[in-house]
Parts: sequence; structure tokens; C-alpha cells
Amino acid sequence: MSEPPPPCLTTRDLNLWYAKFQALINVTLDIRHGIITSLIGPSGCGKTTLLRCFNRVNERYGYVTTTGEIRILNKNIYDPDVSLVELRKSVGMVFQRPNPLPISVYENVVFGLRIHHPRGTLTRPEMDDAVERALTEVGLWKDLKDHLDRKATTLQLEQQQKLCIARLLPLKPEVILMDEPCSALDVEGTRAIEELMFALKGRYTIVIVTHNMAQARRASDECIFMLLGELIEHSRTEDLFLNPKNPRTAEYIEGRYG
Amino acid sequence: MSAGDTQPAAQFSFAVRHAKRPAWALIGERLLTALIYACGISAIFFVLSIFVFVFKEAAPVLFSDRFDLRQFLFSEQWYPTSEINKRYGVLAMTAGTFSVTALAMAIAVPFGLGAAIYVSEFCGPRLKETLKIIIELLAAIPSVVWGFIGLTVMSKLIVQFTGAPVGVNILNGGIILALMSVPIIVSIGEDALKAVPDSYREAGIALGATRWQLVWRVLLPAAKNGLLAAVLLGVGRAVGETMAVLMATGHAVKIPHSILDSVRTLTANIAAELGEAPADSDHYRVLFLIGVLLFTITFFVNLAADMAVRGIRKK
Repeated sequence: MSEPPPPCLTTRDLNLWYAKFQALINVTLDIRHGIITSLIGPSGCGKTTLLRCFNRVNERYGYVTTTGEIRILNKNIYDPDVSLVELRKSVGMVFQRPNPLPISVYENVVFGLRIHHPRGTLTRPEMDDAVERALTEVGLWKDLKDHLDRKATTLQLEQQQKLCIARLLPLKPEVILMDEPCSALDVEGTRAIEELMFALKGRYTIVIVTHNMAQARRASDECIFMLLGELIEHSRTEDLFLNPKNPRTAEYIEGRYG
Repeated sequence: MSAGDTQPAAQFSFAVRHAKRPAWALIGERLLTALIYACGISAIFFVLSIFVFVFKEAAPVLFSDRFDLRQFLFSEQWYPTSEINKRYGVLAMTAGTFSVTALAMAIAVPFGLGAAIYVSEFCGPRLKETLKIIIELLAAIPSVVWGFIGLTVMSKLIVQFTGAPVGVNILNGGIILALMSVPIIVSIGEDALKAVPDSYREAGIALGATRWQLVWRVLLPAAKNGLLAAVLLGVGRAVGETMAVLMATGHAVKIPHSILDSVRTLTANIAAELGEAPADSDHYRVLFLIGVLLFTITFFVNLAADMAVRGIRKK
């Protein structure tokens, strides 16, 4: 077995409160570069909350308090000099329900480029090129190259979700966060997204929250089990499912609760 | 066999339960349905009967040979009480209505949409509630009070700051109408922004959009139909408003050349003259015809607003 890749995203003693309710308790973890890490656990265990800390999108709601630190590429994202805009450029997010914007396919893909470049500095060929590359990478180019002006919200759900991944790519993110990206999709769609995740890993660090243990098992390299806001176990996926160290992990993956 | 026995028995007990409902409950239910149906249908009845009434009052002059429709629409000569040569041209008043409305919208649209964006996206929850209540209060001020403000406060200010000979003019009426339309634009515009799914906002934020980029690039395109409807309903309000513009615009029948000119609007003209026009005279009937014209204008504005709102639902 080769040397495990270096950590890309680390947290130290991360605590988070929604008003008085503590949703994350002393979470300390290292997510390795270029692999797929899945977050599993029963509803309300804080896995989505943790994911939403990594791009600080949690802070939309004013009543959230966070302590501890999260380092991405050795920079604490809670430092006061961190630019949220830059952070979110390098940490992309895919949501539970596909949420392409109600504009054309083309504009969805170049949306990120447009907001991160001053007006007038992007040339048409640059954008065309970015669209072609991003859509090719997610396997939509063949189907959509003649429909780039189609409204993105009229696509099939699977295509919408792929488009939501494609629009992150022109920004060259370090990390892609996925919050149950397949829960709105059928079996075929789920398979397509999982294949896409395999194709993207290596270049991007992928963190995926899933309710579906089978998905965590077949689609991730490392797996983190959380319960009631605490990190219970983090190991290689095969190890976690075959030889769980913690009895609570064992009971969860056997389906005793959840 | 046993199944054959139980089947009719079950039906029987069902029938008995139905029969046990007292007769008054059944009749009451029917009556209530009929009553609600009547309430719903009555809107159509009222609109149609108002239109028929107004049109019936106007029809005799419309079809008489003393009257020329082209002159009515395109002449600015309004001399309904002349002894020798009565002329009924409403072009100047149509121009008055459109100029006051246009100025009002030029002020109210940016102001109202800006307020809607602020209330919906930027301000905190407590301030939001307060602002919404106050904006609704603004909508509740009677139009005659607005007219009063225009006549006394605004006109003095206008004379003082612009040096205009009279303070009751397009500028005055436009500002007053703008203040009256803003609450409508704000509350409907805010509804339109609130209807934008939160997932769009999250998508924009997660891609690193700043608040302004979110407003410009995500919310405005997503809510554009609703915002258009808000603007058009504001226009409808401005076109139909009577009392405030009657008091604030100066009531002079002439085609305006600057915003400091006094004008008369179609609505103000009806309000001012209908009481003096002898019943069933040509003058009286032409005033009703102006009503038909106004009806037509507001109908098309509302139709446009409705089609814009329908556009939202299709998405």
C-alpha cells in the first residue's frame, strides 16, 4: 500500500452552536488530499452542519457560533483576514436538491467565473472554452453542446446535478463538498454521479455527506461516523464497515438504530 | 357465500349512516356551497355591470353625429361648456395622466424596488417586521390626505426650490403619486423576492457571490416577473388615482412642456366636472366616455401585470 496522501482539510476542537443547541462537539479530524471521504450517521448527528462549516455557509444564519479551527491547505478559515469569497472559490459545494440557477446552461457554468472576475476582463473565447471543458468533464457536453442556451431548470434532475458540479470546476476548487448529492436522483442518476465522483477524485478532495450507508461503502475511500455532534470513528471505509472499533459504529452499520 | 352475505350488509350500514344525517345539515351544506359560489361569481358580475353601466351612459354620444371619436382622442381642445362651439378633446388630459404617471414611476420604481430588496435581503428580522408594518401604514393613508400634503406642503417647497410660478404641477403630483405607489411596489416586490427559492441563494453564496452579486445576478433574474408585476400594479394605482392628483397637479388643460407645468388628468377631470354637468347632456356622456377610456387603460395595465405573474408560475 502506498503512502497515505497528506491531509488537505483539518479541524481542531471544532464546536458549533445553533443558538443554545450544540450541534458539533470537539470535532477533530484530518481529511486527506485527493480522496473521497464520506460522512455518515443518523439524522441530526451534525454531518451536514460539519460539511457546511467547511465553506462557512453556515454563517448565513445569524445565530450560529463556532469555536476551534478548520485548516484548509494550512490556512485557518476562521482567521479574520480570510476572504469568504476566496474561500468559497476554493471550496465548492453541491447540494441535496440540484439547484442550478434559473438562467441558461452556459450562464450557470460561467457564473463562478463572472463573479470572480472584474467586469469586462473575461473574453468570450475564454468562457466558451471553460464551458466546454467543464461540461466535458462531467459528461454533459455531448448532450448539451447544442442546447447551451436552454434554461438550466428545465433539464432532467441528473443533468441538473451534473451541471451543479460542472459549475464548480472553472474555479479550480481544492475541495468539493457534497451534501447528499444523490438523494433526489434515481438509481441511474446515483450511479452516474458516483462515477463522476470517481473521475474527479485525485484532482479534487471530495467530502460527501450521505444517508445511504451502501453508498458510503461503495463510493468512498475513507469514512467518518458521527453521532450526536461527536466524531465517533474515522478510518478507511473497508475497515470501518468490516472492523468497526467503536461499538456504537458497529451497531449503526448493523442497522440497530438510525 | 359468506362474502356474498357481508357485501350487502356493509353497503347497507353505509347507506344507513348517510340517511342518519339530519336533513337540515344536508340543506345547510348545499346552501353554504351555493353562497360561496355566489361570492366567487359576483366579482365577474360586478365588473361586467360597472362596465356595462359606464358604457351605456357613454354610448349615446359615442354614436351621435355631433361627436367625433378622432377629435375626442386626438384634440387638445376641451371646451365642454362653450356656448358657440363645444369641443371635447381629451388629448391634453391623456398627456397629463401619462406625464404624471411616468414621473411617479420614474421616482417610485427605483425607490420601491430598492426598498423591496433591502427589506427582503439586507435588513435584520426585527427591522424587517417594523418596516413592513410602516410601509403598510403608508398604503393606508387616504388619498385626500396625500392631496392635502401636495397642496400645502409640497407646493410651497416646489415654489421655494424651483422658482416655479405655481407649486401645483406635474412634479408635485408625480411625487405624491410616487409616495402612494411605493408601498404597493414594496410589498408585492418583497413577496416576489421572498418567493425565490432559498436554494438559489445558497447556490450563489456557495460559489462565492457577494451580497450585491447575489442580488444582481441571482435574485433579480429569478424574480423579474414578480417585480414587473409589482411595477405594473404601481402604474395601475397611479393611473387610477384621482383625489390626490386633482389637488396636486393644478388642473390646467394643456399639453405640458416641462415638469413644472400644471396639468389635468383624466380622473381629476371626471371628478371635478361630473357634479356640474347636466344629467344626460353631451358633456355628461363624454365624461363617462373618459371613464371608458380609463377603464381600458387600467384593464391593459392589469392584464400585463397578470400575464407577468402567470409567467412566474410557469417556471
